[in-house]
Amino acid sequence: MIGEGIQSSNQRRHSFVKDHVEVGFFTDPSVCIGCKACEVACKEWNQVPDDGFTWSGNSYDNTGHLGASTWRHVMFLEQDRQKGNQITGPMGLPFEPASPARADPQSEDPFRWVFLSDVCKHCEEAGCLESCPTGAIVRTEVGSVLVQNDVCNGCGYCVVSCPFGVIDRRPEPLPDAGGAFKCTFCYDRQKSGLVPACAKVCPTESIVFGRLDDLRARGAQRVQQLQESGYTDAQLYDPTETSVRGIHAFFLILGEPEAYGLPPKPQIPTIYLKSAWTSAFATAIGSFIATLLAFTFFS
Amino acid sequence: MPGLGTSFGRGGATTAQQDLANADCILSEGSSMAEAHPVGFRWVMKAKERGATLIHVDPRFSRTSALANIWVPIRAGSDIVFLGGLIRHIIENNLFFRDYVVHFTNASCVLREDFRDAEEGATGFFSGWNEQQRAYDKESWLYQGDGLSFPERDPSLQHPRCVFQMLRRHFSRYTPEMVEKICGISPKLFQRVADALVAASGPEKTAAICYAVGWTQQSKGVQIIRTASILQLLLGNIGRPGGGILALRGHASIQGSTDVPTLYDILPGYLPMPRGDGSEKTLGDYLAKQTKPTGLWHNTPAYFISLLKAYYGKNATAENDFGYDWVPKLTGNHSFFEYLYDMADGKMEGMFIMGQNPAVAAPNSRFQRKALAKLKWLVVRDLVEVEAASFWSNSPEIERGELKTEEINTEVFFFPAAGHAENDGTFTNTQRLLQWRQKAVDPPGDCRSDDWFMHQLAVRLIAKAKESTDPVDQPLRALDWWYPEDKQGAAETEAVLAEINGWHTDPVAAVAARGKTDGIVFGVNRQGNPHHGPQVADYNELKADGSTACGCWIYSGVFNRDGVNKANARQSKDYLGHGWGFSWPSDRRIIYNRASASPTGEPWSERKKLIWWDKAHNKWTGGDNPDFPVGKSPDYRPTRQEKGLDAIPGDAPFMLHEDGLGWIYVPKGLQDGPFPTHYEPLESPVRNLLYSRDTDPVVNWFTRPENRFAPPGDPRFPYVLTTYRLTEHHTAGGMSRFLSHLAELQPEMFAEISPELATELKIKNSEYICIVTLRGAIETRALVSRRARPLQIDGKTVHQVALPFHWGTAGNVRGAAANDLIPISGEPNVTIMETKALACNIVPGRLPRGPAFEDWLARYAPRGGPPNLHPEQPPPGAARGKLAAGHEHESPIR
Repeated sequence: MIGEGIQSSNQRRHSFVKDHVEVGFFTDPSVCIGCKACEVACKEWNQVPDDGFTWSGNSYDNTGHLGASTWRHVMFLEQDRQKGNQITGPMGLPFEPASPARADPQSEDPFRWVFLSDVCKHCEEAGCLESCPTGAIVRTEVGSVLVQNDVCNGCGYCVVSCPFGVIDRRPEPLPDAGGAFKCTFCYDRQKSGLVPACAKVCPTESIVFGRLDDLRARGAQRVQQLQESGYTDAQLYDPTETSVRGIHAFFLILGEPEAYGLPPKPQIPTIYLKSAWTSAFATAIGSFIATLLAFTFFS
Repeated sequence: MPGLGTSFGRGGATTAQQDLANADCILSEGSSMAEAHPVGFRWVMKAKERGATLIHVDPRFSRTSALANIWVPIRAGSDIVFLGGLIRHIIENNLFFRDYVVHFTNASCVLREDFRDAEEGATGFFSGWNEQQRAYDKESWLYQGDGLSFPERDPSLQHPRCVFQMLRRHFSRYTPEMVEKICGISPKLFQRVADALVAASGPEKTAAICYAVGWTQQSKGVQIIRTASILQLLLGNIGRPGGGILALRGHASIQGSTDVPTLYDILPGYLPMPRGDGSEKTLGDYLAKQTKPTGLWHNTPAYFISLLKAYYGKNATAENDFGYDWVPKLTGNHSFFEYLYDMADGKMEGMFIMGQNPAVAAPNSRFQRKALAKLKWLVVRDLVEVEAASFWSNSPEIERGELKTEEINTEVFFFPAAGHAENDGTFTNTQRLLQWRQKAVDPPGDCRSDDWFMHQLAVRLIAKAKESTDPVDQPLRALDWWYPEDKQGAAETEAVLAEINGWHTDPVAAVAARGKTDGIVFGVNRQGNPHHGPQVADYNELKADGSTACGCWIYSGVFNRDGVNKANARQSKDYLGHGWGFSWPSDRRIIYNRASASPTGEPWSERKKLIWWDKAHNKWTGGDNPDFPVGKSPDYRPTRQEKGLDAIPGDAPFMLHEDGLGWIYVPKGLQDGPFPTHYEPLESPVRNLLYSRDTDPVVNWFTRPENRFAPPGDPRFPYVLTTYRLTEHHTAGGMSRFLSHLAELQPEMFAEISPELATELKIKNSEYICIVTLRGAIETRALVSRRARPLQIDGKTVHQVALPFHWGTAGNVRGAAANDLIPISGEPNVTIMETKALACNIVPGRLPRGPAFEDWLARYAPRGGPPNLHPEQPPPGAARGKLAAGHEHESPIR
């Protein structure tokens, strides 16, 4: 019937902060059009400065990676693989042996361009939060991880503790240089019942904001739906089995996580604390004994 | 505009973007909708989620292709062959929607015996060609018999001279093999597209076509749109939900700027500009010529006289032809390119540039900048100091010594303009939707809105004219400049909208200021005196006796008697968005929607029902406002004596046409042929395989030494050049290059080329290359990607080079302007330049700086020789199609 199914889920108001509901982002590259509206809306709302006018030569991605002044980053992956049942190009055209890009002359010339909007994962066990010595990084009522910039002393421990390379210190001469910055999950907007800026502007609902449990169900359903329609490499990226114990901003991906710069088994550094302390203790005892021995022998 | 206007009656998209969600198949060609209209693309994605097939036909694999089910790479400039091939396939295999075609289109109409098709002898010329005037005498293109109102029809479609049979013969050689040879599309891929479209045709299914400037900016753009229109009529997709043709406009209010035009040759509401050749000396002459006996244009006198009343108020009387003499008359082609040439020749003293940046955005921008330097004075109003205002200090020509700052005598007045959030007004978007925007903040400092500027300029000019007695100033003295002012001194924009809606002219003395009683919205003028009466309900209320005034008849109804500014409505009631904004005409969201019901008035199917004939109440009803006389029964048949809408039968949905039919064949209104015909682009690496003529015969070449074209197959320029837009930038970049958050996303000019071409040229990704045409050369980075592919064209490998055109010499990010490479040319019907298919060369490395540039350029694009290098190009000063034909506007809605 005409007019069915055209409602968006990103435009409604909510009371998640007041109700202490765990929320998340579900980002789906199968409907992402690579418009970068999320990047721009994020910077506009959060007043994040520009971080350089450098052309990368890497497809349309001149943002490069997440950082102190890039809280949303749209990846542009050009791959010699097929996306679902998509037909891209000169099927049946005479094969050109001179073509260096075409590995298999028998293939139907697979090619795809995948866009994925990357963001802070807001881990269930967050490396940055665990490592923060000042208490600047806190967990909010909605389960997100927030850096309080007025408390942050710029020590940078969080930067090396993030398994995804999300958080970073802002370099000179940008405003507030020295402090650590990352996605706030638009906590300020959420407190007022608004949807985060990136999700609000996403024209195709590639970024969906909502209750984490709803989103996980939606994600699983979407994977199944895509697999049934030919996207055999569709899967969810939500590492629940590792020490990050799941992420609040999870992704549907086509193919392997490595292609998106996502670690297949992300770990937070604090899980190494026990072994680190054990070996440090053992070393200390060993040194002590060696010292004693040395004094025993040479005295 | 004339592509859709001549096919269906109105020069606007036939549907709304929301309605794309209902399509079963969407063909996007000549448009990268995800790239250039990302917000509207949500509806395409909704359709895809619901199982629709999305097809993107484009020379380059863009963001839209990435999301499409099928990407069809095509050689830029060969669209008519591809679409014509689909038409042939549908006819030859009897796959068209017969009931729709027989009843609702002119497929059954019989043509004159002396009509000769361009196909006969494969000459590429229709009957009536006049070589001296480079124009057609279009008499033989008409229907058999008298006029267009009641054509002779053969419902069996068998008459040898009926449109259907002529169409069949016209496209008979557009075979899949020909498509492969000309477009570079394999028969297998062609078949996939044809199957997808045909599967989405019929009572239960619909398909939509989206196009944008990828079609319009070609030397035969109008005819490409015509080909798509024919295809949609054959498939029965116009006027039905999920169907239609969506003309995606180039920016925010392009539709609005033709509805209430900034064009030189039409008046508001697509009323033709009166001509100064003596044929329209008096109001009577004009109306006699422009009033159609049948169809909606029978009411031309009411629309036109109401417009004159809006211009001249009480100064317009029946005695003085309602001020007809004061309306400027058209004496020639006064398009932008014509006066650019006047400017370059020193014939023009000054210019106003508002919201435009010709130093970057206009074709042959190198020549444009040099022409700007010939002006005595130049007024630029913009948000930032764009290149059009700063060309005298920072253009490449200054660096190269071609222009010297101290020798430029142009006095530039730069006025800071207010942004769209700093003033009230409307945008009319791609789907004919007027949306009001409210001022959020006052503009900073001395920035002022265009409204303020035009109003203040008018007030001052009128005051000056009133001091003079010169008859040349009389039109200014006669203007009824009544607008109330806001606190900054701009005309109140709602007052302008009220005038656009129209009102009864008799002032009502009793109204208080802003009194909203009795249907009066404003009522009093700036001085507080009664000025006019109640608003009209819609354009049906307009009269030809001077008792009504209306600024733009097609917008009438937007601000009517209830005093509600409907452009500002924000409560959407249904999926088509009724209650949000106002869609002209009369808030109809899908136009020609009579076609959503069968000839007898029932919905074609339950799945695709939109409006239908309610037998119980004897009226049309349904989910949209009927685009048809509400009480006209499907059985109604005229007796051939009627006038106006009464002459339109109950099963003829296209009521702006004299015969009420969708025009597969355009008997009147186009300059270059009643059927679309494939011509090669003005610059092409290959010859026309279908006809002995390479290029559109009526095209305007604007021949000039600075504006030369390479001959077909010129080995010096072997690659196809096409331009495009990026999501991250806004046209010439005035609103994006200067904003860090946008500029950092695409910070440098680049050219997209294929790995195959890169290998051939021995260049690697991100290296510098120079792109050369006969107009100039630019330096850019190479973005080597498989998204660009070489094509096999008739046994020859053709490479395509794609260039974004957003950069210039000012702003946060700078780069070469692609338009330096583009020649000025004029499509025969609308004088639009060809930017989408040209020929170029690539030279690896960087351009020399300074004066060495000219020598370098001379090496790759030698100067000298005649300006008309193309064998089909006339010498400078030759008669030019449209001008010679005398600016005909037989079909005023373009």
